[in-house]
Amino acid sequence: MARLQLSNLTKCYGEFKAADDISIDVADGEFLVLLGPSGCGKTTTLRIVAGFVEPTSGSVRLGERDITALPPWKRNAGLVFQSYALFPHMTVAENVAFGLEMRKVPKGQMAPKVTEALRLVRLDHLGDRLPRQLSGGQQQRVALARALVFHPDVLLLDEPLSNLDAKLRQDVRVEIRELQRKLGLTTVMVTHDQEEALTMADRLVVMSEGRIRQIGSQQDLYERPSEKFVADFVGRSTFIDGRMDGPGRFVSRGGLAIACEGTCTGSASLALRPERLALMPAAAPALDNSFPGAVEFISYLGSQVDLHVRLSRVDRVIVQIQNRPERPLPVIGEQVHIGWNRSTGRVFPS
Amino acid sequence: MTVRPGWTSSRFVGRIALGAAAGVSLLYILLPMVFVVWLAFFAQEIPSFPPEGYSLKWFRAIPDNDRFTSGFLLSLEIAVVATAIGLAVGIPAAVCLVRGRFVGREAVNNLLLLPLIVPGIVLGIALYVFYVEAEMRTDWPILGSLGGLITGHVLLAIPWTVRLITASLVGMDRAVEEAAQSLGADRLTTFRRITLPAILPGIVAATLFGFIASFGNLEMSLFLVGPGRTTLPIAILQYLEWKIDPTIAAVSVLQILFIGAVMLVTDRFVSIGRVV
Repeated sequence: MARLQLSNLTKCYGEFKAADDISIDVADGEFLVLLGPSGCGKTTTLRIVAGFVEPTSGSVRLGERDITALPPWKRNAGLVFQSYALFPHMTVAENVAFGLEMRKVPKGQMAPKVTEALRLVRLDHLGDRLPRQLSGGQQQRVALARALVFHPDVLLLDEPLSNLDAKLRQDVRVEIRELQRKLGLTTVMVTHDQEEALTMADRLVVMSEGRIRQIGSQQDLYERPSEKFVADFVGRSTFIDGRMDGPGRFVSRGGLAIACEGTCTGSASLALRPERLALMPAAAPALDNSFPGAVEFISYLGSQVDLHVRLSRVDRVIVQIQNRPERPLPVIGEQVHIGWNRSTGRVFPS
Repeated sequence: MTVRPGWTSSRFVGRIALGAAAGVSLLYILLPMVFVVWLAFFAQEIPSFPPEGYSLKWFRAIPDNDRFTSGFLLSLEIAVVATAIGLAVGIPAAVCLVRGRFVGREAVNNLLLLPLIVPGIVLGIALYVFYVEAEMRTDWPILGSLGGLITGHVLLAIPWTVRLITASLVGMDRAVEEAAQSLGADRLTTFRRITLPAILPGIVAATLFGFIASFGNLEMSLFLVGPGRTTLPIAILQYLEWKIDPTIAAVSVLQILFIGAVMLVTDRFVSIGRVV
């Protein structure tokens, strides 16, 4: 295993920049997740690391080696694809052995290594099967064993779970993470699924439009999003548009004067987490902000309930409340009060 | 599920109609073949209905007819060589067309399919004129040579090899090749170990269809054969100019059996229905 350093990677297709000045330092044994919507450049970045895309500029270092110019087959990176990409005409054991074979491992030493790798993913009893005789989850585990058997310097996962059904995804998620910890694998995973990203990562990179928007831990991204895109993409936010009217004073387009912590000036957006807003029967002077409003829409989600509350002619927020038997739910049209402290909202210039 | 009244019966009628349509189409396709086979066993020299009796003598006469045996061997030789060259050209071409991104890709693709669209006669005349010109300028014996004939037949095989192998390559998951490369296989090894096995059904089908296209070709070959060099279809045509006895039918039956056998053998290795 080794440290992976991406320095100022840019990939241009004509005028279009698929990846724009990407610099990431992945520590030895770290599980890093590239998160972003489709077309954000996360897959391009991963493919640059794997060697399938040649960067227009920038460099990739793996351990002590500069691998920027190396073809994929000389990089010693284990790769797991969304489509599993098993060799259909080879048995499970032959699939796993392929990487060893390419490394000219003597025949005698091959079998124990293959068995060991398959045991890691609990499939050592299925070595003689063909890929098509396995379930999706099993195929993905074979792909994982195949990528691990030759002790790669880095493990690259390209949306490895998106072809699995929801239940299985949870299991494989845990399995990959435990294996990664146990083996101390430097890992880069690409996903568009924020829940997957949050549960698996040591550290996350949020990308959009080819650029890195923020690098940080789960808490960093959730509590301290660096920009509006991150606040919107990680977790959930409702936005109130308006402008800053002096330090700590935000005035919405609907005329609400809101106390906040921002110091920027000019037009801005205020991001509010629905679960951080308080629903109250009457005005609460203890909170920095408290507004009356009418419930316009209710989404009943079981353990939680989303209330869409209109605070002014143009301002509407979503409030998420816990569904408790002792507390009756408001009905549509009911007048309620919504409150939050100044530190709850985050202001982004727009 | 609720069964509406009349639903089962209307479905039944639909099935009958479908079966009838399929039957008529099949009959339409098979009828000429049925008559050829029937005719081959007629006893009399001038075919007329009803037959005066049945005989195997026309089949027995074939091996003694030098034109047919040498024609068969020549057709076989040409078809085998032309198909082999067609594959040697078609496989790399298909890989480039599917995997490559270059200007004029679509044009090259269409160009390689052209011999399928251009009528055989036109192709034959064009090649004939070209050979005449080429021979005059180079003094090489091109016209009527075996090489010239095979070159023409390569043109017949190429559209099939390119088309069928392209289809199998398109249907192949690119990630499988990338997986092999990430595991340490260079391009050539990846092609040999991963790509080739994956497109094998396409290659077998391409071989088969290239072979059949060459083996049965008449129109183009008419312009390219030289003295003493007669392919089986041409031998059949020439025989027909003088006689109309059932020998021709018998030869055709053997030709049908031969191609049928080739297809059956091929189908044992790969299901043709899967690739065509």
